[in-house]
Amino acid sequence: MKIRNTEHREHIVLQMTPMIDIVFQLLVFFVFTFKIVLPEGDFNIRMPASAGSSAQPSETPLLKVKLVAGADRELARIQLGDQPYASFLDLQNAIRGMVDDSGGPGTTDQEVEIDADFDLRYQYAINAMTAITGYQENGVQHKLIERVRFAPLKE
Amino acid sequence: MRIKNRGHRGIVEGDLTPMIDMTFQLIAFFMLVINFSDVEQDQRVTLPASELATPPVAPYEHPLTIHLTDSGDFLYAGRDLTSTDSLRAALVLESQIIQRHTTKSLADVTVIIRADEDARTGNVQKIIDTCQDLKFERFALRGKQSEVPTLGKPE
Repeated sequence: MKIRNTEHREHIVLQMTPMIDIVFQLLVFFVFTFKIVLPEGDFNIRMPASAGSSAQPSETPLLKVKLVAGADRELARIQLGDQPYASFLDLQNAIRGMVDDSGGPGTTDQEVEIDADFDLRYQYAINAMTAITGYQENGVQHKLIERVRFAPLKE
Repeated sequence: MRIKNRGHRGIVEGDLTPMIDMTFQLIAFFMLVINFSDVEQDQRVTLPASELATPPVAPYEHPLTIHLTDSGDFLYAGRDLTSTDSLRAALVLESQIIQRHTTKSLADVTVIIRADEDARTGNVQKIIDTCQDLKFERFALRGKQSEVPTLGKPE
C-alpha cells in the first residue's frame, strides 16, 4: 500500500481580503442609513365640517375650555366654563372629578371644545388636550374625555 | 561580519480576528436598529411634549402629514408653503387624487398635524378649517412622547 507523504502537503491560506471588503461595505451601508427616530404619538380628534355649525344635541352639555394668551403669547388664563383654574393640573383634577361622577373613565360621551386664542403657543393647546383626554398613574394611562374639538376660528 | 540568513524569515501577519469580531458586532447592531419605516419627520419642527403622546398601535391606513413651523410656514409633501391659500391648493389636488384614483373616501384619511411647540394655535386651527372645507374629518395632533409629566407633578 502506498502511503502519501503528508509532510509536503500544501498549506492552505484563507483569503480574508474579499470578506473584509464586503463586511466593511455592509458596515458603511448600515452606518449611513442609520437614523434616530424619536417616539411620537397622536391625539386623535374627529371634526367633521358640519359639527361646528349644526352640532347634534347631546345628552351632556358641551364643556368649554378657554385658553387666554397674554403677553409674549404665554398662557394668561385657563377657564372651564366660567370657572378659572390656576394650572392644567387643576383643570385635569376638575375633569377627573366630573368624569368619575358620571359613569367611570372612558365611558363618557361628554364633549369638550377648546377655545384658544389665535396667538397662544401650541404647547399650551397640547397641554390642555393632555389634561382633558387622560392622565398617567403608575405608568398606566387612564382615559378621561376622548371627544375633543377646537372652537371655530375667530378672525 | 555576520550576515543573517534571510531565507528563513517568516511572513508577518497581523491577527485579524479581533477586528473582524468587532466589525461583525457593529453590523449586527446596525442591522437590529435599522428602521425602514417611512417616518415623516422634519428637523424644523420641534413637537410639543406630552406624556399621553404614545405611538399608535397600528399605522394609519391613509395618512396625510402637514407640518407647521414656528414661523407659520406649512410644510406639505416636501414643499414649503407660506400661505393658507397655497396649502389649500395643494390639498385640493391631493383630495382630487384620492377621490379619483382610490376607493377611499376623504373621511377615512387621517390628517396628521405636526406643529411646532412655538407655533400659533390659530395656525393649527387654520389647517383644520382648510381640511374641513375639503371634507377631511379625522385629525391627529402629533406630540413627542415625554417620560416626565408635562402638566407638573401632583402634590
